[in-house]
Parts: sequence; structure tokens; C-alpha cells
Amino acid sequence: MKIAVLSGKGGTGKTMLSVNLAAVATPSTYVDCDVEEPNGYLFFKPEDVRPEIVSVLVPSADPNICNGCKECVRFCKFHALAHSGEHLIVFEDVCHSCGGCSLICPLNAITEHPRTVGVVESGRSGEVTIHTGRMNVGEAAGLPIIRKLMKKISESGQERIFIDCPPGSSCTVMESIRDAEFCVLVSEPTIFGAHNLEMIVELVRTFDKPFGVILNKRLDGEKDPSEEYCHRNCLPILGKIPFDHELGILNSEGKIASRENGRFFQMFKDIYDHITECVSI
Amino acid sequence: MKIILPVEKEQENTDICQSLGRTPYFMLYDTNTGSSEFFQNPASNSPSGAGIEAAQAIVDSGANTLLTPRCGNNAYSVLKKTGIAVFRTIPGPAISNIHAFLEGDLSELDTIHEGRHHGEN
Repeated sequence: MKIAVLSGKGGTGKTMLSVNLAAVATPSTYVDCDVEEPNGYLFFKPEDVRPEIVSVLVPSADPNICNGCKECVRFCKFHALAHSGEHLIVFEDVCHSCGGCSLICPLNAITEHPRTVGVVESGRSGEVTIHTGRMNVGEAAGLPIIRKLMKKISESGQERIFIDCPPGSSCTVMESIRDAEFCVLVSEPTIFGAHNLEMIVELVRTFDKPFGVILNKRLDGEKDPSEEYCHRNCLPILGKIPFDHELGILNSEGKIASRENGRFFQMFKDIYDHITECVSI
Repeated sequence: MKIILPVEKEQENTDICQSLGRTPYFMLYDTNTGSSEFFQNPASNSPSGAGIEAAQAIVDSGANTLLTPRCGNNAYSVLKKTGIAVFRTIPGPAISNIHAFLEGDLSELDTIHEGRHHGEN
């Protein structure tokens, strides 16, 4: 069972939730797809970490064979290629590694070679396997790293997998939820939070994914625009997490609340049980 | 010698476009004949790599000199390979910039910007 945890904005509690779900559902796997700024490892502090380099293929042309016909330049929809002063210029950061230029070249002057864009680090914390995707500084596209993470977990055979998605609703999020059987949407009680929740509801519906909402940072007696949005649209609410002082302190110290305190273990276990009920229906 | 400029309209007294990659037209002025021709910028609506595509169009036009208010990194590296000189425009229409250049009143563009790409502000 692959469960993706996502939110329309940053800072709603995706990592706190997915780390704690993985911690109460052992044996389990936690996957950090927020490759621009992974932080789940700060909680798990994994041991026996093995890094695997992630690379993409980028083209280069043999200047002795290339005759400057520019078929490849015209073919590349991303305009990652230019021909100027008898040279094919490759803009590696614009290239999407489709390989089309090497196929279209009438003289077979183009070959592809790997370029490192990031790393996947795999380790363990108790009965939790942790995979962290990390994009190199200066890179623009995290997708190749997320694809590598998805490949790793589909080969793992592990039963309970929690995917901590990047914030927002862009293509990196779509790649992270593509194989998920269930999506958990984390929201916060602000108008901004409700607006962004609406955006990811639209996203998971586009992908035809079953989903439910966790209302985070709840304050007693305060209005929650995210909850109102759920009620208006009859969306399933999986659970509510209070804006709790102790939870906040544990989290800020990089501790896993459900491992530290029985009250939080029970709270996250209840949420996990609720999710499994929804998945099995 | 051929001089090229990113321009808003297909006429010599046109304003210069502030974006080299997204300019709607290029004006190509031939100093031998004193006449101008105009062509559409293929990159004006490109979702990606507009600076590179526009620079390729400039290279393919046979221009020797580009007059522009701004130029990004990627476009500049394409222009540089062919040895196209890049000069900074001054306020005023395209044709007066050409005259200013021919009289030696324009200076080379010395600041090349990083470019504004997808997803950035």
C-alpha cells in the first residue's frame, strides 16, 4: 500500500504526518520526495545510509561528423540546442533528456552521456526504511530523482509505504502521487490553507486517486476555513491534529512525537487505522 | 554589415522591445543598401528556451551586430560562438539607434543577466 501525503502549500505538516505515520505502521518505508529540501531524515536520523547517484542523459555532438544541418535544433521543443559558429551548443539545464536529438540526427553525430543531478540515500531507523531524494544545488528539475525513488519503492516489495510529497501541485507532486493508492491531503486552518487545499483536491481528482483530508493545527473554538471547505464539498475528513504545544516542541527538536509520547502514538495510530479502512473500501 | 534589433513593430521608427527572447519581431538593417527587413521572432511564444531560440534566429539571419537593451546568459553564449557583437541600445526608435551605432555612440553591452526562467520570479 502506497500512501502519498501532500499539501497545496509548504509548512502544513506533511513531513510531521508522514514521518509519524511511518513510525506507527512498522515495518514501513518513508520516502522523502521533497528533493529540493528533504527534511524527513532529520527526524529518523537513519543508519547504514547508502547513497546512489541519480543521473540523466544529455547529448553532445562530434564536431568532426556534425555538418550543421540543424535537424536536432529544430526538433528540440525545449530549445536546449543551438548551432552557432560551426558548433552544436547544448544547454544541459534546459535539456529534458528525451533522447530525440540523437535519433533524429541524419549523420548519427550525437551521443548521450550521463550528467549527475542528485542522489538517493537509503537507510534504516528501527523498523522503518528511509529513502531520501536530494537534488544537487543549481539543478532546475527534480523529476529524475523522484522517478528513481518511485522505482526503488516499487522494487522493494514493502507493504506500507508513505510518500512525503513536495509542496504545491506542480509536476514533481504529480510524479510523487502517480503510483499512490491513496492520497492524504494535509491542511491548516487559514483561508490561504483552504485555497491551496482546493487546488490539490482538483489535482488528486484529475489523477482519479481516492483521498481524505487531515485538518492540522486545529485550535479549539476557532473557525477552520479548510474544514468548512470540506463540509461544503462533502470531502472525507480522516482526522484532526491539534495545535499542540508539546507536539510543536517535539517536532522542532527533530523528534518523532509518536515515538516519544503514548498520546501522540495513539493519535497517529488512529489516523493510520482510518486511512487503512478507507483504502480497503 | 548587417545590424539586428528586437523591435515591437515592422517599421523603422518602431520602439525597441525590452525582451530579446520574447520580442515579436527582429529588424535587420543592411549598411550596404541602407534598407531594413523585418521577420517574426520564432521564440516569442515559446514555453521554454526562448533566449536560445531567438539567438539561433539571429545567428541564422546573418547579422554581425546586435543592438539590444538586455541579453541573457544563454542567448549570449550562442551569439558569442558566431562572434556577433552586442551593443546596448539607447532610448529612442530603432532607426535612430542604428544611426547612433554607425556614428560610434553606442557602447558594448557589458552586463549579461541570468535570464528569467520557468518557475522563477
